Amino acid sequence: MIGFELVRRAAPSQAMQVIAPLQAVLLTLLAGLGLFALLGQDPLHAFHQFFIAPLSTPNGVSELLLKASPLCLIGLGLAIAYRANVWNIGAEGQMYIGGVFATGLAIHYQQQWGAFMLPSMIVAGALGGMLWAALTAWCRARFHASEILVSLMLTYVANLLIKYLVFGPWQDPQANNFPLTVAFEDNALFPLLAELGWDWFEGTRLNLSIVITLLAIPLAWVFSQRTFAGFQLAVSGSAPGAARYAGYKESRAVWIAMLMSGAAAGLAGVSEVAGPIGQLNDRWTPQYGFTAIIVAALARFNPLAVPVAALLMALLYLGGESVQIELQLPKSISEVFQGLLLMFLLGSEVLVRFRLRRRVSAARGDGQ
Amino acid sequence: MKRSRLLGVALASIALSVGALGAAQAADPLKMAFVYVGPVGDGGWTFAHDLGRKAMEKALGSKVSTSFVENVPESGDAERVIRDLATKGNTIILTTSFGYMDSTLKVAKSFPKVEFYHATGFKSASNVTIYNSRMYEPAYLAGIIAGHMSKTGKLGFVASFPIPEVVRNINAYTMGARSVNSKITTKVVWVSTWYDPSKERQAAEALIGQGADVLLQNTDSSATLQTAQDKGVYAFGWDSDMAAYAPKAHLASAIETWGGYYTKLAEAALAGKPLKQTVWGGIREGMNDLVNVNPVIPETARKIVAAKKAEIAGGMQVFTGPIMGQDGSVKVAAGKSLTDKEIDSVNWYVEGVEGQLPGQK
Amino acid sequence: MSVSITPLVASAVAAALPLLIAALGELVTERAGLLNLGVEGMMLLGALASFVAVTHGAGLPLAVACGLLAGMAGALVFGLLTISLQASQVATGLSLTILGTGISSFLGRGYVGYRAPASFEPIAVPWLSDLPIIGPLFELNILGYAAVVIMIAVGWLLARTRAGLALRSVGESPVVARALGLKVTRIRYAAVLFGGAMAGLAGTYYALAQLKMWQEGLTSGNGWIALALVVFATWRPGRVAIGALLFGGVTALGLWLQTVGVGVSTFALASLPYLATVVVLVSISADQQALRRFAPAALGKPFFDGD
Repeated sequence: MIGFELVRRAAPSQAMQVIAPLQAVLLTLLAGLGLFALLGQDPLHAFHQFFIAPLSTPNGVSELLLKASPLCLIGLGLAIAYRANVWNIGAEGQMYIGGVFATGLAIHYQQQWGAFMLPSMIVAGALGGMLWAALTAWCRARFHASEILVSLMLTYVANLLIKYLVFGPWQDPQANNFPLTVAFEDNALFPLLAELGWDWFEGTRLNLSIVITLLAIPLAWVFSQRTFAGFQLAVSGSAPGAARYAGYKESRAVWIAMLMSGAAAGLAGVSEVAGPIGQLNDRWTPQYGFTAIIVAALARFNPLAVPVAALLMALLYLGGESVQIELQLPKSISEVFQGLLLMFLLGSEVLVRFRLRRRVSAARGDGQ
Repeated sequence: MKRSRLLGVALASIALSVGALGAAQAADPLKMAFVYVGPVGDGGWTFAHDLGRKAMEKALGSKVSTSFVENVPESGDAERVIRDLATKGNTIILTTSFGYMDSTLKVAKSFPKVEFYHATGFKSASNVTIYNSRMYEPAYLAGIIAGHMSKTGKLGFVASFPIPEVVRNINAYTMGARSVNSKITTKVVWVSTWYDPSKERQAAEALIGQGADVLLQNTDSSATLQTAQDKGVYAFGWDSDMAAYAPKAHLASAIETWGGYYTKLAEAALAGKPLKQTVWGGIREGMNDLVNVNPVIPETARKIVAAKKAEIAGGMQVFTGPIMGQDGSVKVAAGKSLTDKEIDSVNWYVEGVEGQLPGQK
Repeated sequence: MSVSITPLVASAVAAALPLLIAALGELVTERAGLLNLGVEGMMLLGALASFVAVTHGAGLPLAVACGLLAGMAGALVFGLLTISLQASQVATGLSLTILGTGISSFLGRGYVGYRAPASFEPIAVPWLSDLPIIGPLFELNILGYAAVVIMIAVGWLLARTRAGLALRSVGESPVVARALGLKVTRIRYAAVLFGGAMAGLAGTYYALAQLKMWQEGLTSGNGWIALALVVFATWRPGRVAIGALLFGGVTALGLWLQTVGVGVSTFALASLPYLATVVVLVSISADQQALRRFAPAALGKPFFDGD
């Protein structure tokens, strides 16, 4: 640091908790304007196309919500897990297995189970996600294997499992040997909001699964802030020594964190296969489980901030599409934006816990 | 030069305004949008479609205006992108990957005035037309070359997933080779991915290690071809001309040439009579080809390939009997041919392919 | 029919080398107490930079330098955020992967469709390379031999030198290390930059020695495998090589078994390398004493040099 040094604040700055994300967004916008100008685009027009145009119609708004909903759901689970210092990187795989469980029920019983179909699928999906997460939890709790790597490796395996199923036993016989299951029938699909009489959503794809996400937000907050288990998890994460002293078992924290984040990911899987996809196929790899890691990090593991972060990530994605359609800018630009925003945010956050002070003597060197 | 082009444009627009559309629409360019599954720089499948788009733009000039969206996942995102493109006034939308099938049909329902063209699917609707290319035709021609060039009598195939399209390309490649040398066998390695250059390379190494000396791949990178060059064997380009990747190993490229079809469908739409016929075109329709044939291939072989190509262009069907299955039983009797429906759902190997087709008992 | 072993080994070795290079870099980074999950992003930056360099006529040494520098540039961002600005290491690493992927795809659009104009070719050691089974180990390209040298050097440096001791103390307990008079921040930056350079070199390996081309996402997830190998090896360089060979070998084996007609689902075969990694990871981690002995105690934990 030239002329400045960091000094730890006695307590995290409340003001900075609000200012830091704003500062990051502002810096990203500035970088974005510069980038657009560099690409020979009118920066303001490009900016409008990226950030405003996707939201200018009811359909755009509902698409944003549709995209943000699974990100938010998985992000909530991950936020809880990460607070406990349990780094579940494999939510993507847990989401796949949630989708697989729901699909298994749907394709075998959708003719018989009538109105019980969808609720059963929701439960099955959550269980599927938990089961897949449990494998990681078991490896970590019982054998101390790194949950980061185990959950990641199992994501590859989950993806191959889907492929095995749709190329083999679950393939729709009518599908000309293409890797698809039969399409789900109405009782195995989340009803569209438009069909439920919400006229504003007429013609949009937003479905009832968003209710799961909306319910999960306060639940995750209550769990992490107001329950003893949530408190234990947070202590295990931030002060493992104290947690041990208090008699909290680390393995318990691992199990709770993994199962909760697995359940959330599994539910997101159901909301996909019983939502916009409407079947299981070999190409369903939406990467929500990975994007949600960033959502959780952006929200600094605060359940109430997760929805905002999810909306922002969804907007970056939609904006990337929009500038490509309108200005023919390459799709990778939205990845560049995501990366920049995250870097700025992570950098800005330092000011929550530290403040800058002018260095008193220059001779100290290396900040030591 | 310039004048003659101007004249051409003038004549064309006169021709158009005589057509059903009238002058106003001839002035407004036809808005066409393409949905791509990969990046335009993938050097393969998406790259070939984008070349087709550019060829069409070049042919029709200001009469069309095109846009594209790349890297569109074949999941829930596809429907949004397609709908968005329809909302933004595109009158023709081309969705260029199998996984867009149901999304395309859904959006098409709400935009009856927009014409949708879906590549490689099997479900159509009043405004959804299917088009596909019979890549097994150039694969068959490649097989003939392979039959001539192989010293070991073993061919290799790096395959992605056991879908009918890939299976029939394996079959055609093997049949082509066996038409030259009935002892030839083909080994297949499934990599279970469309794109993973390192793994495709390892698959090619496995095939070469087992003695295969002419390779073909149905994946999205040129890694197989590159490996062949490094190991001193031969291979082919796939989807687009890949000669520049491995000049020594490259025997020829089986390429998709969408430009002609795209131009035709745009012209038809400009004339007010959009194409509605399912098109499954091949060499005859100019939708694919085997190009850039390496001069190392003996003259005799090149002549046979040229003759076969002419036959196919004249209407010969590659999957014409007698065709034996892996166990030597007759699958297609002499004088009979597989129907398009059978070709499009094939789930068995022809004689000469080794190993078991995944998912089949 | 039989599987001839030697080409199988050759395939495993070829796949293992770039993993080894990247994993050695990450190993040094982690030994200094920092977990950088951005390996994949840094690899892609290195791959593109070196490929662009040869495309514009640079010689191979200059191209390698470009690859190293690109990887280090990514690592520098990671270092600035995590060491100087105290940001979360996991989040920063993941973001670096996204940024590296995005930037390389964005800048690499014009470099697709042709073979690298200059590339590294294998150089056989006379006689040794003709040996059965282990022959392929003596027919590497220069970067491959470099990987072996780097492995030995890192092993020696960590175990036998003052610098290695300093690095390990920083990863064990930065507070104690500082009390001992070590320049913790400087050492950590050096370790992170070394990790970036190695990731860049691994990317260069893919672009100029193995695949000899550029395409978006060229490294196809191998950065994550390199990360897994570090834990797999319980932070010991020699074992990284074994792990890399094992992973490359299991992948190759899954493909080879298909060529001799084993009636196992191809999807099951494809999942073998991942399952094998989990199984080995579990069996290694179950030995808590070994883990404690070698795992850097301060790994992933923030350390503020100003307190």
